[in-house]
Amino acid sequence: MLDIVIFLPLVAAALLPVIPRGKAAGWVWVGVAALDLALVVAMWAGYEGGIGYETRLRWMPSVGAGYHVGVDGLSLPLIAMTALLFLVCAVYSLGETTRAYAALFLFLQTVSIGLFAALDLLLFFVFFDLSIVGMYFVIVGWGHGDRTRSALKFFLYTFLDSLALLLGFIGLYLGAEPHTFDMVDLTTNPPKAGALVLLAIGVGLAIKTPTVPVHTWLPPAHTDAPATGSAILAGVLLKMGTYGFARIAMPMLPQVWREYAWVIIVIGVTGVLYGALVALAQENLKRLIAYTSVNHMGYIVLALGAAGLSAPTQARELAVSGAVTQMVSHGLLTGALFLIIGILWDRAQSYEISKFGGMPPVLTGLMAVAAFGSLGIPGLSGFVAEFQIFTGVIGSGAVISGALGIVGILITAALFLRVLHRAFLGRPGELTVLVTDVRPRELAAIAPLLILSLIIGIAPRWLLDLIEPASAAIVNLVSR
Amino acid sequence: MNALLWLLPALPITMGAVLLLVRRAARSAAVTTAVATLGLAVYAAVARPRAGARLLFDSGLAVDGLSAAMVVTVAGVALAVLVFAAGELREARFFGLMLIFVGAMLLTVTATDLVLLLMGWEVMGAMSYALIGYWWHDGERVRSATIAFVTTRAGDLGLYFAAGAAFAGALAATGNGNGAFALAVLSGDPAPWRDLIAAGIVVAALGKSAQVPFSFWLSRAMAGPSPVSALLHSATMVAAGAYLLLRVQPLLAATGWAAAVVAWAGAVTALLLGAVAVAQRDLKQLLAASTCTQIGFMVLGAGVGAVPGGAAQLVAHAAVKSLLFLGAGAWLAALGTKDLTGLHGAARRYPLVGVTFGIGALALAGVPPLSLWLTKDAVLGAVREPVLYGVAFAGALLGAAYAAKALVAVWRPVDAGTRDDTEQPGTRRVGVLERLPLPVLALGAVVLGLPVLAGDGWHLTAGELALSGTLAAAVVLAVAFATRNRWDAVPGEAVRRAVAMPGPRGLLAGWLWLEKAAVALVWRPLTAVAGGAAWFDDRVVDGAVNAVPRLGMAAARLARRPFESGIDGAVRAVAGAAGRLGTLARRPQTGQVHLYFAQAAVALIVLAVVFVLAR
Repeated sequence: MLDIVIFLPLVAAALLPVIPRGKAAGWVWVGVAALDLALVVAMWAGYEGGIGYETRLRWMPSVGAGYHVGVDGLSLPLIAMTALLFLVCAVYSLGETTRAYAALFLFLQTVSIGLFAALDLLLFFVFFDLSIVGMYFVIVGWGHGDRTRSALKFFLYTFLDSLALLLGFIGLYLGAEPHTFDMVDLTTNPPKAGALVLLAIGVGLAIKTPTVPVHTWLPPAHTDAPATGSAILAGVLLKMGTYGFARIAMPMLPQVWREYAWVIIVIGVTGVLYGALVALAQENLKRLIAYTSVNHMGYIVLALGAAGLSAPTQARELAVSGAVTQMVSHGLLTGALFLIIGILWDRAQSYEISKFGGMPPVLTGLMAVAAFGSLGIPGLSGFVAEFQIFTGVIGSGAVISGALGIVGILITAALFLRVLHRAFLGRPGELTVLVTDVRPRELAAIAPLLILSLIIGIAPRWLLDLIEPASAAIVNLVSR
Repeated sequence: MNALLWLLPALPITMGAVLLLVRRAARSAAVTTAVATLGLAVYAAVARPRAGARLLFDSGLAVDGLSAAMVVTVAGVALAVLVFAAGELREARFFGLMLIFVGAMLLTVTATDLVLLLMGWEVMGAMSYALIGYWWHDGERVRSATIAFVTTRAGDLGLYFAAGAAFAGALAATGNGNGAFALAVLSGDPAPWRDLIAAGIVVAALGKSAQVPFSFWLSRAMAGPSPVSALLHSATMVAAGAYLLLRVQPLLAATGWAAAVVAWAGAVTALLLGAVAVAQRDLKQLLAASTCTQIGFMVLGAGVGAVPGGAAQLVAHAAVKSLLFLGAGAWLAALGTKDLTGLHGAARRYPLVGVTFGIGALALAGVPPLSLWLTKDAVLGAVREPVLYGVAFAGALLGAAYAAKALVAVWRPVDAGTRDDTEQPGTRRVGVLERLPLPVLALGAVVLGLPVLAGDGWHLTAGELALSGTLAAAVVLAVAFATRNRWDAVPGEAVRRAVAMPGPRGLLAGWLWLEKAAVALVWRPLTAVAGGAAWFDDRVVDGAVNAVPRLGMAAARLARRPFESGIDGAVRAVAGAAGRLGTLARRPQTGQVHLYFAQAAVALIVLAVVFVLAR
């Protein structure tokens, strides 16, 4: 079933050239994405703990690599979030979709779900690299502004990081006895590998996440990407980095992770504060949202770092659970934010904060909810994630880091209210006249993300009950 | 039956959300919801239910004595304000936001743990932003809302930190974090965690309650519609901070320092903001500053351990202040002004509003036998430290002064100072719905102090009561006498002049310049650092990244110029030389026989010479 979930979009993408030109492509895309999401929901309903829906096939037995996929409480929420995000992107693009565009996104969907399901390092790496290729074409083909340059920067920067990642994976392979790329085997028997391997893997994942100071590919890529591309880039592709930390770096290099936990915590806190501060100074709305991603990813890195401290298990589990919740929450809220901002470009071809103001009511309402969600108001998913992170980090003994992280939510509040004040409320700006209110398909794409965020914010148990065993397992593995 | 308790916050929040989405029949739906909520609150106050559920952690709601007083107060004031608002406003958005605002406050005062309390607390803050900036096409009002929200959230950070410290404290004490957030166990956490929790809670509560140095946001909170001020200043928002301090009083006492800090914060606020209130020329600003001082007595109560006195003050003040704000709002709508001079004669033009406002102002002044006279003394009576007592008592006397100033202004006959429509065009009428809640609240302003006289455990002496009552009445009379003939003729101008004035007068009229200080000391440096960080990010971090491909290109050019083009040049030179030689070689081949013959002759001669020389 998992294999169908992974490859259904790819098969659909391959069949797309067969269907006639025109509106059909958009509806096929929506249909396939909806079917894939339905399958994921069914998988969630039938999941019974441990590694579910596992498939293990021979692929390259000579190097100990195989086609090995499965889901657990760490990957299943991300797969579900991915499937939902691709579906809303399909809905958002209805009417403007070309066959090539739909095929490219379907390809990206297979790659993304495949990455979160992969239980083999080489398979993970293949999907990791293909995601870069897919996103490169999205930006080059359908972006705007200085898109070739931004796409090239994105490609070169993240391709470089995948090379570092590959080096790290080879280090893990060589350190394992017997040599293998299988994640489950590597997790059961952590390889004898040192700080250099963690450095290689860490650099690889940190660029993708991105953490300060290797984040500067993100703002131009976002600014020049189409709205749906930005939503996928921020919502899904960034999570590949943080997911990699939790799935690969922590369980396979527990000792080194614990040794360098403080370094990771400092990087996380720096990301939180630096990302928020730089975002505060932006005049371009899309760049601003991009920098809030740096801030939000900082919370995840901070929490995962705290999990490596020698502290009560309960606190560290809470931190990891908060980090995973944050991955899901950020996907929903930032996805919604980018789709909302995309409406501005669609109508007025500008992201300049100072050129807007006094916006139409529904658009403003959606932006207000998404902004308050992103700044962590209770009742939306961001609070659930960040509260767990703060409490877990402080409980793990990193009191000052936790306190500094908390300061981050004040700066985030200030910057989002500044955006609301200048770009959405108050008197109309020079471009406001061009901005018509949200169209039905746009509302149908954005509203589900916010509603799901609201559900998680009010009644998070159904999600946390899935995540908590996984975070307990990660903490258990990293404590070895 | 206990599960019904969840309905108490959930009903207004759900109905509010529905109103925001559906936007039909907003006024009747809102008032009906408020009535039902009041019913639930009264039921909860009597039955004292308890309910638990696992949300993020194990959370729960419960109603004890303090919460019982709070829920009835909140629901009652909310109903009064919503009835008033139904006469003034129509939009569903307003009523939806107000209901969520009320629901969040109800959640805050019934929560038994920090997590749920924090959730209600923050949602309340968000709603206050939406309500203060309700007229969102006016940039200045949005700015006020932003300042109010960011300021209170700065305090709220303390609550996040306190929650983390509570978790860490429980882990340190027992190794088990379950139940760590329960409000009842916080005072039992080991030091230093207990002190960190207390510090966080105190900062959060002082921020929410607009105590010094956070007071300025409350001045900004005036930008919303009058019913918002009436609710925000009485039973919700500012009251939440005081409630939280009263709730965790055992924790404050256990730390040994937090109680004193809180007591002093309350007393100093009562004194300083009392002076600010006296200096105001705008009725709503005067009332706003007076809120800070009256909340200061509740905070003082939490600091000195007079929890029942503080709670009684909270309840009585809620009735008094909502009454006063509704009166001010009624005049603002009818006469179009809130300037104290412009309002001359307002009470005589609308007698019902005038009389009820008068009762509220006298209660605010602490004149016997009205409610705040009793409740304030119930707090003051518990103060043991003489200096602290003196500061707080002086604050109470200032209370009499500013209340008298407002009272005299509106009850004077219409005179040269009276100006209508300085703010907005007035409607010249106060409708039935606006009038309806005023007598009820006025009754509350009279009687709500009476519980203080019943039962034991109140730190009250007859001497103190008599002294404070007499002094308050004397101050009111003195103010009335002193101001009988002296008023600035041009109201708006005078305010602007006073605020701009250097020296103590401008300092007080300008709310101690707290906002200016916050902007200059916190906001400006923060934006400067942010601008610096953005520059650093673009130039240095991204510059370094961009330098890599640039370096690469430079290396490539280097490879081309000396090396690549060197080798290439050599190859080209050889080829060129060969070509030139070829051209040279072609030149003799002219196709003319006599030239070939000559060439052959020359060649033979050269060969002969070479042959001869070589031999």
